[in-house]
Amino acid sequence: MAKKKTIRTIPQERTPMREQPAAERVKNFTEVACGYSPDDALREAERCLLCPEQPCVAGCPVGIDIPGFIRKLGQKDFRGAYDVLTDTNLLPAICGRVCPQENQCEGVCIVGETLEPVAIGRLERWVGDQAIAEGWASIPYIEPAPYRIGIVGSGPAGVACAADMAKAGCDVTVYEAFHLPGGVLRYGIPDFRLPNEVIDAEIGRLEKLGVKFECNTLVGRLFTIEQMVDELGFHAVFVGTGAGYPTMLGIPGDSLNGVLSANELLTRCNLMRAKEFPDYDTPLPLGQRVAVVGAGNTAMDAMRVCKRLGAEKVYCIYRRSRTEAPARAEEVHHAEEEGIEFHWLTAPAAILDDGKGGVRGMRCIRMELGEPDASGRRRPVPVPGSEHDFETDLVVFAIGTNANPIMGQTSTLRLNKRGYIETDAELATSVAGVYAGGDIVTGAATVIEAMGAGRKAARSMKAYLGIRDSDQPYVIDGRGSGNRMFGIDPQERNFARIRIA
Amino acid sequence: MSNFEIVAREDFSDVTYLLEVRHPLMAKAARPGQFVIVMSHPHGERIPLTIADFDRAKGTITLVIQAVGKTTKEMQQSCVVGSSLYGVTGPMGIPSHIGKVKKVACVGGGLGVAPIFPHARAFKDNGAYVIGIVGFRTKELMFWEDKFRACCDQFIVCTDDGSAGIKGNVTAGIKKALRDHPDIDEFVAIGPPIMMKGCAEATRAHKIKTMVSLNPLMVDGTGMCGGCRVKIGGEVKFACVDGPDFDGHQVDFDDLMTRLRRFTEQERTAVERWSENCRMTNPLQTLKTRIPATTEEAEFPDPFDEVRGG
Ligand SMILES: Cc1cc2nc3c(=O)[nH]c(=O)nc-3n(C[C@H](O)[C@H](O)[C@H](O)COP(=O)(O)OP(=O)(O)OC[C@H]3O[C@@H](n4cnc5c(N)ncnc54)[C@H](O)[C@@H]3O)c2cc1C
Ligand SMILES: Cc1cc2nc3c(=O)[nH]c(=O)nc-3n(C[C@H](O)[C@H](O)[C@H](O)COP(=O)(O)OP(=O)(O)OC[C@H]3O[C@@H](n4cnc5c(N)ncnc54)[C@H](O)[C@@H]3O)c2cc1C
Ligand code: SF4
Ligand code: FES
Repeated sequence: MAKKKTIRTIPQERTPMREQPAAERVKNFTEVACGYSPDDALREAERCLLCPEQPCVAGCPVGIDIPGFIRKLGQKDFRGAYDVLTDTNLLPAICGRVCPQENQCEGVCIVGETLEPVAIGRLERWVGDQAIAEGWASIPYIEPAPYRIGIVGSGPAGVACAADMAKAGCDVTVYEAFHLPGGVLRYGIPDFRLPNEVIDAEIGRLEKLGVKFECNTLVGRLFTIEQMVDELGFHAVFVGTGAGYPTMLGIPGDSLNGVLSANELLTRCNLMRAKEFPDYDTPLPLGQRVAVVGAGNTAMDAMRVCKRLGAEKVYCIYRRSRTEAPARAEEVHHAEEEGIEFHWLTAPAAILDDGKGGVRGMRCIRMELGEPDASGRRRPVPVPGSEHDFETDLVVFAIGTNANPIMGQTSTLRLNKRGYIETDAELATSVAGVYAGGDIVTGAATVIEAMGAGRKAARSMKAYLGIRDSDQPYVIDGRGSGNRMFGIDPQERNFARIRIA
Repeated sequence: MSNFEIVAREDFSDVTYLLEVRHPLMAKAARPGQFVIVMSHPHGERIPLTIADFDRAKGTITLVIQAVGKTTKEMQQSCVVGSSLYGVTGPMGIPSHIGKVKKVACVGGGLGVAPIFPHARAFKDNGAYVIGIVGFRTKELMFWEDKFRACCDQFIVCTDDGSAGIKGNVTAGIKKALRDHPDIDEFVAIGPPIMMKGCAEATRAHKIKTMVSLNPLMVDGTGMCGGCRVKIGGEVKFACVDGPDFDGHQVDFDDLMTRLRRFTEQERTAVERWSENCRMTNPLQTLKTRIPATTEEAEFPDPFDEVRGG
């Protein structure tokens, strides 16, 4: 290789990604960000300094070898780049699109100290898309293991765990309550951000690994977790049911007919394809003026969906300021471009009734930022006498979700006070052989964290079942090497499992 | 899981039909008070339907459906024996608590007649004295009389026109039951909201525990959308995971009824468009119940109307 790259020698500008123009895209559901061309990707890869200290790797929740894949990419070894990525991240085409990179890898990138950081997410997406287009699949040699694994929930946590267990040779079945797999990726995140074809391709890859998907199966009610272990013959079970129970606004008027959760709006639109009503049977409430409460990813998705469904005005009502908005920076930016009206430092106080069970408007109160609260963000406090009304005919709330109660109602899994499943550091639950991870353990988080949890649980399951873990032969988080005999971790219980049935 | 085969079908009237669907695991798991979400085809809507009966030996569940809108009318045409449903998920909801009571009245009106049956049978199996009260518009619409009689110690039928049993709606039947039996421990009522409201009002003064099974609009049925939220004693509950059974004396029925009208306009579009299409390309003319043309208002059995029948 030529001279060592320095901050001065690399392309100074971050390679822009082609996007559908805002005026165009608010009329369709096709993807907004069009992705890099091969030349764009190579140019952007040039910008990585391949730093020895690799802060980006530490910034990634699953520790992807970022300079590793970028180096391969720069050498035009695209397949090699994909293999490096999929060593840690099974769904690069998805994460490249939906991860909040600015808070993770890109947020700590050295280049970012002087210039704009390397567009790691876009490169990741490019490699992932390449793999889909070329039909690459890293199917390793699989040594069959005599175990059956049951996975509950087909969101990122569930599929990540399923893939690892399938690679470990187990017979894996994923149960999903909906009629299609994918979890939030399918029902929540809209097509213009994550096209269905990408999800289908990733699920298809899992099927090639031998993972079976059983949809229309409500675990807990059709059979319980305990029955999976006792009667259905699963040697280990992973629960990744997500945290979808929407939080109510709890203000007067919140049961009016024009008020709904973002989850309902998005599920109707994405999963049930109500946007194609009446070709699809599920109807969707439409509004001319829509107020969306909240400023997370879910809120941004809801607003942009409403815009595409033809709403004239879409307002974002958020009680803190733009800096505190939890959505990915790119989504807020896109929403602004698409003409969403943001009302920062505004909290809803009541929803006004039109006398026919519908919505006429919303009463709001202005807020100002006070002292930092427990989350470290400045607490919004109401400004006395600042109530004001405005007209709206649809109110969508996206103010967070809670644990789904079905697992708690139907199993003996120990839950914490807020209803999430309690696990130890290795993600084992209070029931032997049952592991849990993703939003149902941590509360609403991100795709990559859920996926990381799925993989971590897979490692614990392998140890529990006594399968030698070829992915991580000697490095098991947080345990010193002095703890091992002949390189075998004592936690790897390498003895036959006894089943009392 | 996919392809849920329809193994039997029975038509009770022009608007009510029964489907028996093969689903052995569900037959094993189902308990009174639970429901399923059905998708008849990949473009379909997810609709909740109560499990009206289940046969563990045969591995089937029974649904009794009223054709009230696009989906249920379409299913009335397409669901023939041997065909399959695209999706059947469940059993959803918390099973009804079948307590050790001495005397219980099970009330079913309109689309609630079939769903009340598993309750009556379960209470009977538990050793209770069971009073069955069901309502229909007229004698011709009656069904399952034999099944009810087999598990009810007293069986009261109400018809709007008096062609069978008592003339009047189920509230007349409830009054009669209250007169005949001052010692009823519990009422269970399933039917259109207005009927359940009527029942709750009738028993409130007597301070008799009254359980009702609420039927708000639903999407997922797994507690994820909040579309099914209902007000119970001032608190918001999700009927699909917190219910569908609630204490009738606590339910805000007016709120439920308003929320059921959320999509009236779109429902009409769907059914009109569908009946246009099916007049042109109706593939199934062999059914013994022909669907009447759907344009006249009278052919839309409004579930609230059913009360008069129920
Ligand atoms: C609208 C929206 C936008 C988002 N945008 C982003 C983003 O841009 N970037 C990002 O990183 N994160 C985003 N997130 C968050 C991210 O999607 C979640 O943190 C992640 O999907 C959690 O994964 P999971 O596997 O734990 O659960 P989920 O994805 O929720 O999957 C759980 C699955 O389990 C199924 N299930 C539940 N109960 C049962 C049962 N009893 N039996 C069988 N199946 C069951 C559910 O139907 C569901 O399919 C977004 C979330 C939403 C709602
Ligand atoms: C827990 C539960 C159990 C149910 N069990 C049964 C059952 O066993 N048999 C049965 O026939 N129906 C049952 N229903 C009602 C059934 O789900 C609706 O009739 C069905 O969704 C209507 O779909 P559609 O497209 O044919 O009509 P739509 O076009 O959606 O509606 C047509 C008309 O039916 C009314 N309607 C729609 N949904 C409901 C509802 N959920 N409850 C009452 N009225 C409604 C509408 O207000 C409208 O007037 C149940 C509903 C719930 C929530
Ligand atoms: S910190 Fe930035 S420049 Fe350094 S290796 Fe990571 S991506 Fe490349
Ligand atoms: S139907 Fe969606 S929460 Fe009950």
